[in-house]
Amino acid sequence: MVADKTKLSGDETSRPNGSPVEAVFSARGLTKVYDMGEVQVNALRGVDLDLYSAELVVLLGASGSGKSTLLNILGGLDTATAGKVTYRGRDLSNATERELTEFRRFHIGFVFQFYNLIPSLTARENVTVVTEISNDAMKPEEALEIVNMGNRLDHFPSQLSGGEQQRVAIARAIAKKPAVLLCDEPTGSLDSVTGTIVLEAIEMVNRTLGTTTALITHNATIASMADRIVRLNDGQIIDIKENKEKVSPEKLRW
Amino acid sequence: MRGAATAIALIIACGVATFIMSTSTLDSLTETRNAFYGEFRFADVFARLKRAPETLQKRIIEIPGVSSVETRVIAAIKIDIEGFEEPITGELISMPDESPSLLNALYFKAGRAPSPNSSNEVAVVDTFATAHSLHVGDSIKTVINGRYRELAIVGIALSPEFVFQISPGAIFPDFERYGILWMGKSALSAAYDMEGAFNNVTLSLNTDIKDSNSALADVIDRLDHLLAPYGGIGAHGRKDQVSHHVLSEEFKMLENMSVLFPAIFLSVAAFLLNIVVKRLITTQRNQIAILKAFGYGNTEVGLHYVKLVSIITIVGAVGGILLGGWLGDGLSNLYMNFYRFPYLKYQLGTDTVLTAILICFGAALTGTLSAVRKAVLMAPADAMRPEPPRNYRETILERAGLKRRISEPTRMILRHIERQPVKSLLTIIGISLACAIMMVGSYQKDAIDYMVDVQFNRSQKEDLSVVFTEPTSRSALFELNNLEGVRYAEPYRSVPARLKFGHRSYRTSIEGVDPVGNLHRILDTDLKRIKLTSDSVVLTDHLGKILGIGPGDTLEVEVLEGRRPTLHIKVGGLTKQYMGLWAYMDIDSLNRLMREGSSISGAHIAAQKSSTNSIYKRLKEMPRVAGVIVRLNSIRNFYDTMAETMLMFTSINTLLAATIAFGVVYNSARIALSERSRELASLRVMGFTRAEISYILIGELAALTLIAIPFGFLIGRILCGVVSKSIESDLYRVPLIIDISTYSFASTVVLLSAVVSAIIIRIKLDRLDLVSALKTRE
Repeated sequence: MVADKTKLSGDETSRPNGSPVEAVFSARGLTKVYDMGEVQVNALRGVDLDLYSAELVVLLGASGSGKSTLLNILGGLDTATAGKVTYRGRDLSNATERELTEFRRFHIGFVFQFYNLIPSLTARENVTVVTEISNDAMKPEEALEIVNMGNRLDHFPSQLSGGEQQRVAIARAIAKKPAVLLCDEPTGSLDSVTGTIVLEAIEMVNRTLGTTTALITHNATIASMADRIVRLNDGQIIDIKENKEKVSPEKLRW
Repeated sequence: MRGAATAIALIIACGVATFIMSTSTLDSLTETRNAFYGEFRFADVFARLKRAPETLQKRIIEIPGVSSVETRVIAAIKIDIEGFEEPITGELISMPDESPSLLNALYFKAGRAPSPNSSNEVAVVDTFATAHSLHVGDSIKTVINGRYRELAIVGIALSPEFVFQISPGAIFPDFERYGILWMGKSALSAAYDMEGAFNNVTLSLNTDIKDSNSALADVIDRLDHLLAPYGGIGAHGRKDQVSHHVLSEEFKMLENMSVLFPAIFLSVAAFLLNIVVKRLITTQRNQIAILKAFGYGNTEVGLHYVKLVSIITIVGAVGGILLGGWLGDGLSNLYMNFYRFPYLKYQLGTDTVLTAILICFGAALTGTLSAVRKAVLMAPADAMRPEPPRNYRETILERAGLKRRISEPTRMILRHIERQPVKSLLTIIGISLACAIMMVGSYQKDAIDYMVDVQFNRSQKEDLSVVFTEPTSRSALFELNNLEGVRYAEPYRSVPARLKFGHRSYRTSIEGVDPVGNLHRILDTDLKRIKLTSDSVVLTDHLGKILGIGPGDTLEVEVLEGRRPTLHIKVGGLTKQYMGLWAYMDIDSLNRLMREGSSISGAHIAAQKSSTNSIYKRLKEMPRVAGVIVRLNSIRNFYDTMAETMLMFTSINTLLAATIAFGVVYNSARIALSERSRELASLRVMGFTRAEISYILIGELAALTLIAIPFGFLIGRILCGVVSKSIESDLYRVPLIIDISTYSFASTVVLLSAVVSAIIIRIKLDRLDLVSALKTRE
């Protein structure tokens, strides 16, 4: 098993470049087994990983490599079969359903491949629905302005293009100022040009708000915008690479 | 899917059960009656007279169309049962000496027929025997023709003449206070001083003219002509024979109910089935697309769903048939308590079963096919591609300026409802109908309470009514007034008559009452007392309708007693009455028209409660007193009759309606859940709690339910009106009185169904698999 090469103990750790930063997430020995009737699928096989404050990590891997499972466990949508995951020193492995809901509510922003906007709410309302249940959220308009959707506030999802819908989804995810932004194939349903615009928005949020961002993709090109690239295969991390030459999203083409 | 399928099957089962229950009950009772009438030779024509020589029988049989004649002696008697304080009256009917009865033969439940010459052997009608626990071998005390006699019971019998057994003047059966006895003709004739004579005759007609009204009228005319010199008071056909008449009216009512209730239920069930199936299949859009992608044709896909729905329908229909058959058998047996048939021929006709199945399949299949058609029309690639977000817009409420007051989750609810107006409307209609059928099931209790209140608390306030054996001088009233414990006695005169207007006629009696009396009051529709003017008659409104007569018209009255005059009296008004059909006059005017002085048929009495037993005792001793009707008994009998028949019928329907209500509400919620689980999962992912997302789904269900209930009240009211109208009969008219309790009962059942559905939905929401819900595309 390939573990994080820079494994450090405790919450106070240091980035691979040596500067001491906080590990937002710390996963140790994460295992996830899905019981699919007669067969058992090992989605994760003992994954160790730390995510640091303000970094942008891309989790790269083919379909079935376990990247979505890992993201779901980190985001409190799923629990591991074995192993431990902590968020800022708080153990999530044994958290109750109520604690996980609260964790997602105040700390995590999600962006999905199919946007998952509420079709009956406008762009502004899709953001408001989240800001209303958070403490210290930004104004919905402000969040939409960040992703450059300030001129489409009162449009319903059906009136928006795929890229626009995904940007509203990003605004919705960041409006509550989460510590972590988890993006599951955010460009999976978009063409290259639109995808780039969405990635720009994610990169900008990461840069300006300092939101720790983990982005799942199977598209290797996208990995070049990350601080670190984590490669997964068959439920295991096969490689963690620090990206010394970050490329700005607008230069990405696929 | 399992929950939805169960709910659909339940709806079908309840719809079918109502249909099967009603039709099989009616079919069984009708079949039983016909069999009993046939086997025991129920007569076609009946006549009473004072006294005619037996030789007249030869002339009667010569009347064209008459196939057999039986002359009888019938004596009014008083019966005394030890330990039973109230007066009991009855009739003692003769049986032929040698041969078995040609007409109206008896079915012996126990024992045998009395011997022709034995002066103390009698058979007793089974209802009376049961009411007083009388058995073969027991004896009863009677007063026949003023003479005391102890009679031995040798048989317990049933007769086609007394299937519905009711004493003269009463509206409801009273098995304790009215008894029918049979005795050998010779013995009875001797006891009643009728040797060689008869005072009652029954005829049967040739089969070819049995159904001809004109032939019947002709026979009656000829018979009346023959009997007139002997004090005949007008022969009548089966239509006016008390038992048959009541039975026909009850069957008519049952028939209307058995058409109306199932029609409502089954159409509601069919309608709901259609919606539910349609929605169920719409949620299967993806699977249909996948099947098509694999190369399945539209017909194969359609057939797949037809099979699926057929299985659910069959399960529901079979359940409904079994349940309906069971309920029908139970209900038919219950009716047997009132209709004294010797046996019950329970019928569950194949046509009934087939009709029920056809209706269900029709409803289920049209729903299935229209939904499948919609699904297969789409190209598989389109159906499998993520569905573009649906178009939404601000709702009317928001555009009206209320937007800022409405939270986002509430906006989701409102916009979702408004976005799919047809679907929302169908759900609302479904829930409204469920609410409405609940009302139909339960409103009759209110109506019956109201009928009792009007009839016995406002109109007939007497504690008891005394019936004299024959019209008597008003001086008898003083005698009654002087009885210890009698607070007040009010006279009445009852004259049997055939009322005619144009070609319509109705046989009842004219009741002469004290226009300013305190006990028996004639009320108008507003329950205000109607002023009886001299020389005019006031009719029960329904009687007015039957005769097609109104105030100002002149009624022809063919009096059926005494010198039998024909009178012409102006109709002064109509009175609102829910039970029986009568004509009322000022007693003095009636006496004057009858040219009989101040004669009375009896009196209504207000009595002191503590003295009733002593009053009964004194009344029993008075030879002139034929019987006593006690108000409390009347109320109790009314409730017994209504409660056990109509209310039982409606209670069963209420139970079935409640099941349907639950099925509708639950299904609406269940389908909404499957349609919106992805949206709700997204909200959960964003940190919404279970309670917060439940609000969105359950809030929508609550909103639709709350909108539906007032509509349900409206539809319910209309349906109740239709039911009231359809069960109108000569016996009673059920007023459209819907108490607040019926509204609250119907809405409570609907709300409870909603709450239970909400709880189930909440449990399902709590188990919502966020990860897999997010993976599914819309």
